[in-house]
Amino acid sequence: MILKSENLEAWFGEAKALKGVGLEFESNTVTAIIGPSGCGKSTYIRCLNRLHEETPGARIGGRVLLQGRDIYGPEVDPVLLRRQIGMVFQKPNPFPSMSVYDNVAVGLKLGGIRKKRELDSRVEWSLRVAALWDEVKDKLDRPGTSLSGGQQQRLCIARALAVKPVVLLMDEPTSALDPISTARIEELLTELKKTVTIVIVTHNMQQSARISDKTAFLLMGELVEFGETSALFTTPKDKRTESYITGRFG
Amino acid sequence: MERHFDEELRKLKTELLAMAGHVERSIEHAANALVGRAAEAISNIYELEQEVNREHKSVDEACLRLLALQQPLAADLRLIVAVIKINTDLERMGDQAVNIAHHTERYMADRDQPEVLVDLPEMFSETRFMVREAIDAFVKNDETLARDVLKRDDRVDAFKHKIYSDILNILQSEPKDIEQGFSLILIARNLERIADHATNIAEDVIFAITGSDVRHSPRTGPS
Repeated sequence: MILKSENLEAWFGEAKALKGVGLEFESNTVTAIIGPSGCGKSTYIRCLNRLHEETPGARIGGRVLLQGRDIYGPEVDPVLLRRQIGMVFQKPNPFPSMSVYDNVAVGLKLGGIRKKRELDSRVEWSLRVAALWDEVKDKLDRPGTSLSGGQQQRLCIARALAVKPVVLLMDEPTSALDPISTARIEELLTELKKTVTIVIVTHNMQQSARISDKTAFLLMGELVEFGETSALFTTPKDKRTESYITGRFG
Repeated sequence: MERHFDEELRKLKTELLAMAGHVERSIEHAANALVGRAAEAISNIYELEQEVNREHKSVDEACLRLLALQQPLAADLRLIVAVIKINTDLERMGDQAVNIAHHTERYMADRDQPEVLVDLPEMFSETRFMVREAIDAFVKNDETLARDVLKRDDRVDAFKHKIYSDILNILQSEPKDIEQGFSLILIARNLERIADHATNIAEDVIFAITGSDVRHSPRTGPS
């Protein structure tokens, strides 16, 4: 197992958003986090790469272990941590002033890679893994924002992959995309898990059912159920899971 | 929270129940034709078969539509999968009632038919009880009733074996009655298949309610 949270709690000021969530993520799997709006699923994954603490007044309790090491340990630099645990957001957010190439290369340059040949090779690798290379190889100098929405999201995935993270967090990465772009990202995820462990927050139950190996259901900051996706969507153990996935509440 | 989908599921169950009612009546007519010597009941079976065939297609279409449009999960998904399978079982039961009608016609065509029907009247009763109980279990969402159906299947199998053996004994002393004996054996065979389909329905009901797959477990015996 590559990543785990133990009794993870999160607050926004006095408001408690997570109430002791313990989850384990195995290498090379896709885990979906589902639950109604406000259940804490985005907060949860933002705790996994220390983005939560960037919100004023936000704090956490419990532990998050990456390869056995507490990511909240005093020696851990959150910026370096986020290279190991990358994130892709709901809306594609390529850097608007940068070309397609630079969007992918920027993290590498910040990481100290300067040689053009090495940069070229990593940019191409990232764009290929993100299934975007064939569509952009002749327009690497164009602004990242000139691409379609689906291409921009894959560009953001390529940007996150360029620094070779071990875990990729995705916060509703297809909710702003059309069905064809969504299908391409979903296809991509099943390939990507060969190289990176994926944790994805999604509102789309069918998406979770299609792409994830395991699913966790959160409700009001609590973990209600966690298990094999195929079991959770056909024979959920908890009545609240049953009610949520069959659309009886939320 | 009542969903629009709940109304759709209710309609689907109602449609399946109408079909189940027609299958039950077919089996009842088959019993009347053979045991009650009511030859006129046979034409009712042929008429009901047309109705059952039409309903078979209609229920499948409704399930396909709900799967495509509602993309059901959990208990909803299990219910629709169960309905698809029960639908097939009911249609086969309808066909078996027709087979019984054919064999009954042959049996009754012979003026010298033996009076003895061995244990067929009891086998009819037991099979009809299983069918009734399996359908009730589906209507009432009752796992206990469904499990009772599974227990009863062995009794129908025992009737079949006894009928086979009794008829063979009769034929050894009266070989001229072979056609009638053969008809009765085939009727028993079709009744046993109807009971097997009732068992399948009970297993599907248990799956729809609990999510556990009890098929092919030693407890239920072969089906």
